[in-house]
Amino acid sequence: MRGTKILVVCIYILFLMLPIYWLLNMSFKTTNEILGGFSWYPQEFTLESYKTIFTDPTWYSGYINSLKYVLMNTVISVSLALPAAYAFSRYRFMGDKHLFFWLLSNRMAPPAIFVLPFVELYSAMNLFDTSLAVALAHCLFNIPLAVWILEGFMSGVPREIDETAYIDGYSFPRFFVKIFMPLIAAGIGVTAFFCFMFSWVEMLLAKNLTSVAAKPIVAVMTRTASTAGYELGLLAAAGALTLIPGVIVIWFVRKHIAKGFALGRV
Amino acid sequence: MIIRSWGIVMITKTINQKAWLLVLPVLLVVSLNAIIPLMTVVNYSIQDTFSPGVFFFEGTKWYQEVLSSPRFHSALGRQLLYTGIILLIEIPLGVAVALAMPRKGPWVSVCLVLMALPLLIPWNVVGAMWNIFALPDIGLLGYGLNWLGFDYNYTQQPLAAWFTIILMDVWHWTSLVVLLAYAGLSSIPDAYFQAAKIDGAGSFAVFRYIQLPKMKRVLIIALLLRFMDSFMVYTEPFVLTGGGPGNSTTFLSIDLVKAAIGEFNLGIAAAMSILYFLMTLLVCWVFYTVMMRGEDS
Repeated sequence: MRGTKILVVCIYILFLMLPIYWLLNMSFKTTNEILGGFSWYPQEFTLESYKTIFTDPTWYSGYINSLKYVLMNTVISVSLALPAAYAFSRYRFMGDKHLFFWLLSNRMAPPAIFVLPFVELYSAMNLFDTSLAVALAHCLFNIPLAVWILEGFMSGVPREIDETAYIDGYSFPRFFVKIFMPLIAAGIGVTAFFCFMFSWVEMLLAKNLTSVAAKPIVAVMTRTASTAGYELGLLAAAGALTLIPGVIVIWFVRKHIAKGFALGRV
Repeated sequence: MIIRSWGIVMITKTINQKAWLLVLPVLLVVSLNAIIPLMTVVNYSIQDTFSPGVFFFEGTKWYQEVLSSPRFHSALGRQLLYTGIILLIEIPLGVAVALAMPRKGPWVSVCLVLMALPLLIPWNVVGAMWNIFALPDIGLLGYGLNWLGFDYNYTQQPLAAWFTIILMDVWHWTSLVVLLAYAGLSSIPDAYFQAAKIDGAGSFAVFRYIQLPKMKRVLIIALLLRFMDSFMVYTEPFVLTGGGPGNSTTFLSIDLVKAAIGEFNLGIAAAMSILYFLMTLLVCWVFYTVMMRGEDS
């Protein structure tokens, strides 16, 4: 029984790792070798592709642009969602349930629907081709998600804590920052992780809301593929590098991630 | 920190209309992103244009056209088939893997981090990765399948393209179900298992009467998330097959973007958008109502 369990987990993880191994494998090959035929590991190991990415500004600025809007979005989503989630977890007010469902319904809206109107809207606001435009656009699905997760965490904190703090003479903002936020620190971490993740992986909006100045790495990759022919080695290295931010972020929240799902409403 | 007990939410809320002030910032930002663009789409969906800035009211013409077009029907059919298949694979597989995970120890973190990895890869990289991984001459999957004697080439055979897209989605998203189911499982107190052991319950009985009921809520959430996301899937299949060969893997989103940007059929695309959104909304509303009812009782 124990043996089969370990086997199931191992096979599943192996299945997950194979495509990732193939990506890494290709990133250390030259494009000629990749196209030349099938091989399990690089015959002529090269770091040329990585060198190109780190020295060519059109490549590495793509990573910087992506990180810029992802971080902006995470900060905006979490800081706006905090008070809203508090309201949903502590108070009843007119239309609260409808509002909550309306918020969630935006998480359900297919981004493909919004591509054209978003381009028009952000052009009209003079924000087209800025990181802020992408950061704000990603709020469409990240804010509802953030409210949803944070509300679950906040509902796990007993009300008596709020009441005691008010009796002790704390004002609402001071109570919120000094007492309440440390109590749900794990929840804030998990929420930030999810906002980071969904903003980092999205590409349809990010690509269409930018053209030159704020072009994200995902767009740099597709454009390179179409203009310079298929430089597969370079593309593989660029793809492999997009794994790194995710790995770093998940390492920080690894202790909380399962708990985040259990406590939060996600 | 007091952990909220499952199923029973013991929080009493006070009525306070000032809570609207706390919700206001979220409301403003989401409205900017949701209401204005949605109204633009509604506008397009009931008008026609011959030159920029000149619009004619068309009423429900585009809706009738979309609803009666075989192209929309077949895209919708493919979409439903795809969503159905991946839900049937991912939910049971995710639960099985979660049940097989160790409950404590140093390996838990390692497993969770490795499993979460596919979730953190940008969607077009996922598509591009699988595009090469599945090529018959240089990709591990395609080469392997042909080596095993299958005639497999996803760029030409519709069936192979479907197989590849579904395998990719299973690879990409099953971990989300695993994480959710695992979270549900780890909230079960050890005492339950000890009691079951004393009663002499077999492992199937433990699953049926302890683990499954405790996972019910997270599984509904997993189903909801996987439904929404697979129903609006765009980037991964588009990068992998571009909707082909032929139209065999053209799902709703791909068809929509084709109509809107490729053919610049704004009216048709907008009417499709609205119908598409309404369908998702309807299914999610049903799920949400069921979920909330389960929570109240």
